[in-house]
Amino acid sequence: MTAAWQAQLMFLLHGLIVTLELTVLSCVLAISISFAAGYARLSSILVVKYISTCYVELFRGTSSLVQMFWVFYVLPLLGLRLPALLVGVLVLGLNAGSYGSEIVRGAIVAVPREQREAAQALNMNSSQIMLRVVLPQAVPAMLPPFGNLLIELLKNTSLVSLITISDLTFSAEVLRAESLHTVQLFGLILLLYYAVASVMAAGMRRLEFRFAKMRGA
Amino acid sequence: MQNLFDWNLVLRIFPLLLPALCTTIEATLLGMIVALILGLLFALARYSPAYAVKKFTAVVVEFIRRTPLLVQVYFLFYMLPATGLQLSALTTGVLALGLHYAAYCSEVYRAGIESVPSGQWDAASALNLSSACTMYRVILPQALVPILPALSNYLISMFKDTPILSAITVVELLQESKILGSESFRYTEPLTMVGIFFLTLSLICAALSRQLENHFALHRK
Amino acid sequence: MQEPIIRMVKVFKKVGDTNILKGIDLNIPATETVAVIGPSGSGKSTLMRLLMGLDRPTSGDIEIDGEPMWVDSAEGEKKKIEHLRHIRSKIGMVFQQFNLFPHFTALQNVMEAPMQVLKMERKAAQQRAEEYLELVGLKDKMDAYPAKLSGGQKQRVAIARALAMRPKIMLFDEITSALDPELVGGVLNILKSLAAKCEMTMILVTHHMNFAEQCADRVLFIDQGEIIEDGKAVQVFREPSHERTRQFLEALIEHHEQ
Repeated sequence: MTAAWQAQLMFLLHGLIVTLELTVLSCVLAISISFAAGYARLSSILVVKYISTCYVELFRGTSSLVQMFWVFYVLPLLGLRLPALLVGVLVLGLNAGSYGSEIVRGAIVAVPREQREAAQALNMNSSQIMLRVVLPQAVPAMLPPFGNLLIELLKNTSLVSLITISDLTFSAEVLRAESLHTVQLFGLILLLYYAVASVMAAGMRRLEFRFAKMRGA
Repeated sequence: MQNLFDWNLVLRIFPLLLPALCTTIEATLLGMIVALILGLLFALARYSPAYAVKKFTAVVVEFIRRTPLLVQVYFLFYMLPATGLQLSALTTGVLALGLHYAAYCSEVYRAGIESVPSGQWDAASALNLSSACTMYRVILPQALVPILPALSNYLISMFKDTPILSAITVVELLQESKILGSESFRYTEPLTMVGIFFLTLSLICAALSRQLENHFALHRK
Repeated sequence: MQEPIIRMVKVFKKVGDTNILKGIDLNIPATETVAVIGPSGSGKSTLMRLLMGLDRPTSGDIEIDGEPMWVDSAEGEKKKIEHLRHIRSKIGMVFQQFNLFPHFTALQNVMEAPMQVLKMERKAAQQRAEEYLELVGLKDKMDAYPAKLSGGQKQRVAIARALAMRPKIMLFDEITSALDPELVGGVLNILKSLAAKCEMTMILVTHHMNFAEQCADRVLFIDQGEIIEDGKAVQVFREPSHERTRQFLEALIEHHEQ
């Protein structure tokens, strides 16, 4: 392997690390927002419900790339100068969180009403019912769609390359200008994304399996 | 103190955004046609008696679904000229969108086919229908109706993904707004307007899609 | 003369446009065992749900142990719910569909409410749970998940779960209806022994007439939202005073003989 190739590979590897960092950080943000917003959508306090619904509709209804550019270009004008990486994590997290909130909400609503009633009949209060009866039954149902969502998140990190964050895609674009092996280059990063996505998918399957085991099913 | 939102600018650039909107819609519709056709082919290939065809299609579909659309767009944009094919940026973009969403649509088609009760296959066998006939005359017509809502959701997704084509110089809404932004040195208005365009159109499509779902739900009983 | 432990006064329940319960007046003294019979759609389940506080009457009053169940407090929703829970602590309910918590073992199902609601220590709750599982004959299955239990076993765990809260009143809403016939006997036997001990007020919605005759002190026949007949078990079954009761009982006997 020539020195040039090695240097290029190292460059790509740095880009991969940035991609992974972005993925992990925005996953954490997205999951937190999903539960907060999903729960808020079920709230009986109208203001809370309304605001969270607006947030979800806004982020689901607009293009994630447009959101990214908007935050990147417009936010500084409002006085908020954020480093590009933070902008990326924020937009990715908020975007995925809006879809995730629907997953959380759907799974909580899907727990049969009778379970709640049985817990009420035992005189449990509403937070006990949510934490001890409803969520333990809702969470296993959330895992498959969340798994898909997190893989979507990984794929969306490639968009940050367009706001000049040096992730894997950006690194590939930079190298393309210097090298002649364009097709191999992009083929390689496709494979890298595929590999990371497959690892994530396998991880989710293990998690689903663990949860199923706990039920004794 | 700069004006936060210049409404005059909004009125001025609104007509300039319309051609870009047309490009966006064009890309979406053409891309969807490709996705629907190719997706059906992928799905049917999974039912092929030839093991190689089945396996190959499965691998291709999974690969497309697990890699980013942007990278696929770049890949086609750089690879196709190398094979001698000189296509416009828009055509390349439509192909990339179509291919990407074909992978998703194929899963939707498969779910639709699987949801047709197994008794239908049995009845077709009992009547000695050929497998092609069974698929095209008995199974598919029943499979296609319940999956329309899922397919229309992908249409909306594709619409929201068209800005990715700006990376390969297609002048759709996002690209146009960036051009207008750099000309007037004001990005807020064009980007916000583009955001609102997307929001409005996708909310309308979502409402139509729900109508479609309800319409079919009623008719099923 | 003691205060009735359950008192319902002119209770109406409307769902949508339909009147499910039309003016129920009922007094039940403590420790009595009452069987509630009637055709489907007569409002029996609605009655039970109202007694448990799962639904609120459209009009009328329900008093438990001398206190009204529903209070509209000036202090709002929170106070209302606190009061409801205070009342509910005296009532236990077993459902037709068992409604066991699938993510807990039998033992955990029975322990959960004593720990969370009665704030018992884990060890004490576990001991109590084992006691009640023994009472229903399922101590050996205490570490099994509901998915692994038969219908009859699940229902018995559900009974233990409700009993573990030591309520003064127990409501049983057709608890054998979802069971295969051969499993019904085991559950009924437990109910019989509970009734015989006579410590709790028990209200059973059932269609097992023999069982009702053996265990219940009193029988209520409900049809189309009204109490048609209310009297001692022997009297209602042998010599019903109302024609509708007679027809219902006859139809039931025919069905059983088939």
